[in-house]
Amino acid sequence: MASNVAITAPQTQEDLLIEEFGYDDHFHDHHHGDKYQSNFVTTYIFSQDHKMIAKQFLITGMFWAIIGGLMSLVFRLQLGFPEESMAWLKPILGKWITVNEAGIGTLAPEFYYALVTMHGTIIVFFVLTAGLSGTFSNLLIPLQIGARDMASPLLNMFSYWFFFLAGVVMFASLFLNTGPFAGGWTAYPPLSALPQASSGSGAGMTLWTVSLVLFVVSVLLGGINYVTTVLNLRTKGMTMWRLPLTIWAFFVTAIIGILSFPVLASGFFLLMCDRGLGTSFFLSEIFIGGQALDHVGGSPVLYQHLFWFLGHPEVYIIILPAMGIVSEVLSVHARKPIFGYKAMVYSILAIAFLSFIVWAHHMFMSGVNPFISNFFVIFTLIIAVPSAVKVFNWIATLYGGNIRFNSANLFAIGFVSMFISGGLTGIFLGNSAIDIQLHDTYFVVAHFHIVMGIAAFFGMYAGVYHWFPKMFAGRFMNETLGKIHFWGTLIGAYAIFWPMHYLGMAGVPRRYYSFDIFDTFRHFGTMNKFITIAAIIVFALQMLMVINFFYSIWRGKKMTTQNPYGSSTLEWTTPINVGHGNWPGKIPTVQRWPYDYGKDGKEFVTQVTPLTEKEKAEGAH
Amino acid sequence: MTALLAIICVVLLAVIAVQVGKVTELAGKIRGEEEVQEQTNRMNGSIGMIFMIVFLVATVVSAFYYRNWMLGYGPHEAASEHGMSLDYLFNVTLFFTGIVFIITQILLFYFAWKYQGKKDRKALFMPHDNKLEIIWTIIPAIVMTFLVVGGLDVWNETMADVEPGEEVIEFEATGYQFAWALRYPGPDGKLGTRDYTKINGINALGQVWTDEKNMDDLMVDEIVLPKGKKVRVRIIARDVLHNFYLPHFRVKMDAVPGMPTYFVFTPTKTTEEYREELSKYPEYQAPDINEPEKMLWETFNYELACAELCGKGHFSMRRLVRVVEEDEYEVWLNGQKSFYLSSIRGTDEDPYKDELLDFEIKERKAAFNSAVNKARAAVEDSLRIIRLENVNFETGSSTLTPLSRYELDNVVDMLNQYSNMTIEVAGHTDNTGDAEANQALSESRAKIVYDYIVARDIATDRLNFAGYGQDRPVDTNDTDAGRASNRRTEFKILTQ
Repeated sequence: MASNVAITAPQTQEDLLIEEFGYDDHFHDHHHGDKYQSNFVTTYIFSQDHKMIAKQFLITGMFWAIIGGLMSLVFRLQLGFPEESMAWLKPILGKWITVNEAGIGTLAPEFYYALVTMHGTIIVFFVLTAGLSGTFSNLLIPLQIGARDMASPLLNMFSYWFFFLAGVVMFASLFLNTGPFAGGWTAYPPLSALPQASSGSGAGMTLWTVSLVLFVVSVLLGGINYVTTVLNLRTKGMTMWRLPLTIWAFFVTAIIGILSFPVLASGFFLLMCDRGLGTSFFLSEIFIGGQALDHVGGSPVLYQHLFWFLGHPEVYIIILPAMGIVSEVLSVHARKPIFGYKAMVYSILAIAFLSFIVWAHHMFMSGVNPFISNFFVIFTLIIAVPSAVKVFNWIATLYGGNIRFNSANLFAIGFVSMFISGGLTGIFLGNSAIDIQLHDTYFVVAHFHIVMGIAAFFGMYAGVYHWFPKMFAGRFMNETLGKIHFWGTLIGAYAIFWPMHYLGMAGVPRRYYSFDIFDTFRHFGTMNKFITIAAIIVFALQMLMVINFFYSIWRGKKMTTQNPYGSSTLEWTTPINVGHGNWPGKIPTVQRWPYDYGKDGKEFVTQVTPLTEKEKAEGAH
Repeated sequence: MTALLAIICVVLLAVIAVQVGKVTELAGKIRGEEEVQEQTNRMNGSIGMIFMIVFLVATVVSAFYYRNWMLGYGPHEAASEHGMSLDYLFNVTLFFTGIVFIITQILLFYFAWKYQGKKDRKALFMPHDNKLEIIWTIIPAIVMTFLVVGGLDVWNETMADVEPGEEVIEFEATGYQFAWALRYPGPDGKLGTRDYTKINGINALGQVWTDEKNMDDLMVDEIVLPKGKKVRVRIIARDVLHNFYLPHFRVKMDAVPGMPTYFVFTPTKTTEEYREELSKYPEYQAPDINEPEKMLWETFNYELACAELCGKGHFSMRRLVRVVEEDEYEVWLNGQKSFYLSSIRGTDEDPYKDELLDFEIKERKAAFNSAVNKARAAVEDSLRIIRLENVNFETGSSTLTPLSRYELDNVVDMLNQYSNMTIEVAGHTDNTGDAEANQALSESRAKIVYDYIVARDIATDRLNFAGYGQDRPVDTNDTDAGRASNRRTEFKILTQ
């Protein structure tokens, strides 16, 4: 591992630089004895330290990822092996498995749909929003901008605990007698509004909504904090154009979240009114369960507008942090500056802006006026341009590098591969004419799983492997297991989702419990088996990662230097075992942009190092 | 026990995994980190290259393998006019994205391998290159413009509603949990109005029967369409969202309660023609597992499915779609019976229960007139009796049922037409109950008829009435049917 600083010296060069140029905020005069982390509860549970909160988000996210993943395995078994008995799942799933006289157990269709719904909700919100953005925004924003903590550590703590509560409520809904909500993660009314329509739309939907409203609170508390912190707590010299791309991504993500999540909450609020107070925002002229309902004048399409006004930005809330992490990790391990730093920032901003004006591309076939779709097609396909710029820039970052292959970087490369594959299929779906045929088929399933599921997971893994030592007292995760994890997952994930494109082209609709009834859809038994087997293997590989994760927390290889990757960003100027407040003495001040790798013959120059005379600043050369 | 074994297995696997990890870490310590890292770089760079090649080959080969399931290829060609341009657009997009996909995946893994970390390598300092960046901003922008223009062209043409006055076959699909109700407009070509509060067990769509347009509407079990004719399907839902999805026709549109949507398309291939087409492909030359004596292509049918999650039975909302030649379509259409007449007419649902519709009045008048003509032409006395089939009384009483007046009006018209004609109105009963009471009932019923006619300005000397009780049966009294035909009101032409 190359490093140009004297690692045997009692103090690193960075420490000396911080001592010399750093800003003295008299942190230790104020925090004598650290009254905020004095006992077990305030250190590990109700912690206000951003690093501990990051770990809480991550581990809670992992818990939910395992639950969400297991759910997908159960419904994949149904799709891949519809003839096989599921009686062995009876001890866990109880009455949702009906066992006939011959001892053959079948999964109840209601529960199949509940599993699909919960899988989506859990992975989208709890894992890829909270687990990804929550973890890394918390961990990296203060560390990379040179702040001692978040602007409001208290709100930050609340942000986690609202997320935790949301999880408790959602978890409880799994055990309801009527089952958890089963109307799809988008919860379209009238299905979600009427308990008569589906057994999961009763108490299950109530808990689902309550849980997600709590979740919105969590996101908003977190988001306000991230934005405030980035704007106000940047250390001296850390101009916006000197922020690492991770921070740009988290910052923009937080803004998107703040603007869009309240709209979701308002949609839920109106839905609750329709459910409980007899209003008719989304309901009109419904005859169900032998009864004509009083509701007239509402529109189910209105809910879809409100939902997707969040729903579409949400996919960027998921993918932007992953993009930020990947940009950083690729650059550090390619030992090169990220190619086109400003273009990367502008494309993040462009994507963020466009993400607000494309929502109706989820609704081309929903009965909205076809004329309005023209605008959404145009804006949607324009997103391909900044996305393409990012992809080309990542590839150009690898060009001419001196690439270090570790698990973090592999996942970053894997991310780019996934983002290309999944992003390109978006060009089909964004074009409304093609979407007529592909909407709600497996083509869509393949598209979004690759581009925002697998890709976002890859970004998250890149981040976990890369910053693990910063989270867990200077220990690394095991590299061999990490590489097995990576290659297995890369191949496995393509094995799961690539064939789904063909299913989609053949017209097979998503959210089907069984394909036997239709001549058009029943010919793909072998493919479905193959997908299910691949899914099981991929899930097992993720368990390998979990084992690696927990083993490494206590037994992982120890970091011997403060800056093991030769990285120029601020988090690696903190001590190996970084405490509350992040820097033991002064806060570092920033002298340059974060991507000075390989400049003027030096392998890397940290952000705290002043420019030499005649050295051109930032990316100029 | 099995559970315990499973847990032990998992734990053992975990231990093995951890040990594998540890061993390699030890190797790192012994051989020096830099050395190990360089070897790792070499290995993973190479795995990346192998992966890239295998992956790209797999995508191309699998696409070739599944070509017959892909849009616009082989048997999977669209069966509608707009579907063809949609398939074309799909393949244009596939062409461009395919190129980008292959080039970027190659560059990604090739660069990763080519620039794998080595001790003596120096990374380039290449923070940006405006020219390159402008190029790869503009090229995607041009390609996107091309795709947007092409896409919107197809989109706006496909989604255009029919012009007023344009010839079109319209039918209606209503999604409900968990089936489709299909309605055709009948001879008037217009679908009748609906009111969801009128929905019940019989009237599944809440058709408003006072709307004349509803009376000839047909409820059918399968969609039948003529080839080459423009079709507009009106789509609506009764309870939750559904989606009207015809995969072979590239038709898909949400069914929304309270908000009708539509889709206009033109089928271009009959079911038979599509089967012909399929018979050429090996995929379809296998026996159908559901009907092993037939080949897959022979059992092929167009299908209607639901493509919007609507509850636990979402996956089962199937209807058949049959496209036929135009004359066959006409035959089929004419063979369908109006739902109102076959299932609603005369029931409590029917607002016109107590009256006859214009065409029924005409039909009955014609039937009556022909009976009168026959009777007038008859020589024998006994054949000059005309039975009033549609004159009925409430059970056990001598009150006319509301619909009887139409028949009696026909009698009045007849008497007006033949001004010299005289008749005798006669009442008959079956043999149930007391004979005297029957006699009285028959007489009072005959009198009611007499009164009705006389009240319409027919001179009293032109008709009389008589009750014959149970004495003149025309059928056996041992069966229900026999007794029913014995209970009757009739008249006899006395003079012409």
